[in-house]
Amino acid sequence: MTTASAARRAPAPALPPLRARFVFATLLALFALLAARSLYLQRIDNGFLQEQGSSRYSRNVEVPAHRGRILDRLGTPLAISTPVKAIWAWPEKVDATPAQLRQLGNAIDLSPQALAARLHASGDFVYLKKGVPPEIAARVAALGIPGVHDDDEYRRYYPGGEVMSQVVGFTGDGDVGQEGIELAQQVWLGGRPGSRRVIINRRGEAVEDVESIRAPQEGRDLVLALDSRLQYLAFRELKSAIETNKAKAGGVVILDVRTGEILALANWPSYNSNNPSNRNRGARDRMRNRALTDTFEPGSTLKPFTIAAALEAGKVRPGTVVDTAPGTLTIGGATIHDAHREGVLTVEQVVQKSSNVGAAKIALSLPPEAMWTMFAGAGFGAPPRTGFPGEVSGRLRPAKSWRPIEQATMAYGHGISVNLVQLARAYTLFATDGELKPVTLFKEAGPVAGRPVLKPETARAIRHMLEMVVLPGGTAPKAQIPGYRVAGKTGTAHKLEGGVYANKYVSSFVGFAPASNPRLIVAVMIDEPSAGQYYGGSVAAPVFSSVMGAALRLLGVPPDAPVNNVVLPVEGSEVREET
Amino acid sequence: MVRLNLALLALVVICAVSLVTSRHQARKLFVELEREQNLARGYDVEYGQLQLEQSTWGTPARVERIAREQLRMQIPPASRVQIVDGAPR
Repeated sequence: MTTASAARRAPAPALPPLRARFVFATLLALFALLAARSLYLQRIDNGFLQEQGSSRYSRNVEVPAHRGRILDRLGTPLAISTPVKAIWAWPEKVDATPAQLRQLGNAIDLSPQALAARLHASGDFVYLKKGVPPEIAARVAALGIPGVHDDDEYRRYYPGGEVMSQVVGFTGDGDVGQEGIELAQQVWLGGRPGSRRVIINRRGEAVEDVESIRAPQEGRDLVLALDSRLQYLAFRELKSAIETNKAKAGGVVILDVRTGEILALANWPSYNSNNPSNRNRGARDRMRNRALTDTFEPGSTLKPFTIAAALEAGKVRPGTVVDTAPGTLTIGGATIHDAHREGVLTVEQVVQKSSNVGAAKIALSLPPEAMWTMFAGAGFGAPPRTGFPGEVSGRLRPAKSWRPIEQATMAYGHGISVNLVQLARAYTLFATDGELKPVTLFKEAGPVAGRPVLKPETARAIRHMLEMVVLPGGTAPKAQIPGYRVAGKTGTAHKLEGGVYANKYVSSFVGFAPASNPRLIVAVMIDEPSAGQYYGGSVAAPVFSSVMGAALRLLGVPPDAPVNNVVLPVEGSEVREET
Repeated sequence: MVRLNLALLALVVICAVSLVTSRHQARKLFVELEREQNLARGYDVEYGQLQLEQSTWGTPARVERIAREQLRMQIPPASRVQIVDGAPR
């Protein structure tokens, strides 16, 4: 625009040059400001707007991952997580009519007073109810009360209940293992939820994956060695034996001889892991897996190991004669008694009739180291390594510290402590040809090799002696099973209370069957039977017989004896034993 | 020259439109995939619940009780059992 053309159209008042330049500069400066601002927003401080923008089209989505299941060896679930809702409120934001509150209380099974108390709590978060089934949570959501919300969570169910609870354990808040296998295998079982970023459309549906922020990690399933049918059987028989004998506690372990798998591990007292009120501190005593976490003095069930040590050392042969008369033996001021007075016995009969004096005499012919090596070789004094938390190793003192009386009492299982799983495992020595099998709570693919401890001939000789125990003339005719040959040993141990042996007993029986080709080992322990009977042969052996008989039948193990093989002695002529 | 340009323009337009449609298709398929995956997850949950239910109904304790009380079944005494040697030879 030149002055000439402007002048041609209309005479315009001339603009003072200074003013024109001022306007031009101002406009330029404003444009520069805009450019700078846009540069600032686009390049320098772009986070806020980017976030605002992306929040309108994308979203972070949680990818759920659940905890793995625990299964038994047949695939029966022992623990499953299933999604539930946790209902919570922000008390000051809750605005509901009394009718709505009543409906809410009904839906989540909370009395009006309890509900009111929670809604008057301070803070901005209070759980109204956890572990609510999704259908009920939907009913609560339908009430549409402001300030009441729900969250997804998982709840774990244990179909096995009290039969399985001590082995499986349970999970606490956030589905994290707290007891038992749930605790020990937390890393394997636990799932980790992932998160990813997606683009959403106006209906809120994800239309495109942008990126995976964190890949979810699903919990893995865990297969235990337990057989739920055998577990139930063991639990049922144990419970009824404890009731009949008015005992304090007890345990039953079933081992597979070929693999060392624990097929059943039952304890009493027990608890139901589905019931939260069973999980508090007061119930700790019932939660303990006694067969692994508690030790006891095994008593006579240890005699076969003493005899095995003597056989291995070549000190005696099964037919060697030992004089146990007059049924007592005094060593350094202490006297050992036999419950049943016998005269001259063979080594085989010492086991069959469970003579303490005989076992002590045989033990004293051995150097302490030989006995110690035998006991340690059988796995005593070392944890059984089943993979269970809190298992104990029991007590086996070094051979150097043994005095002769201690060596003599150890020969029949006093002055040494074991847990029930260790005891069952030690009998793999006799059930196989002298191998100690590793024990496990987890399923194995096939037979597992053990560590050779005994010469095969020794193992066979002891197996024969253990078979004599259940025949008339032995301590446990009640352990016999129709159709199967059985081998085993009783134990009746005085309990040690405050350093002295009290008139309380631990009755036990450990045995295996079929004796011609052993498949299962069953160990039974009954703590403080107080209904009159306390001998291992009359308290624990019947439990062994019913558990083993039913287990062999369930597993389809062919019988190795005619069905009329059970020979019971004449009433009153049973051989008794103490320790 | 003009003809070539027009042809190229048409090509560009076709490309652009097909990009838009394929993108749209992809999103629709993704929505569908997402829905199916949610469904699968739902079925998974249901499967777990059914397993739970099955094992609750099938606990050995319950089976035994029904067998004994309702069906009046019992374990035959050993004297009434005949073992058939079915071992493969």
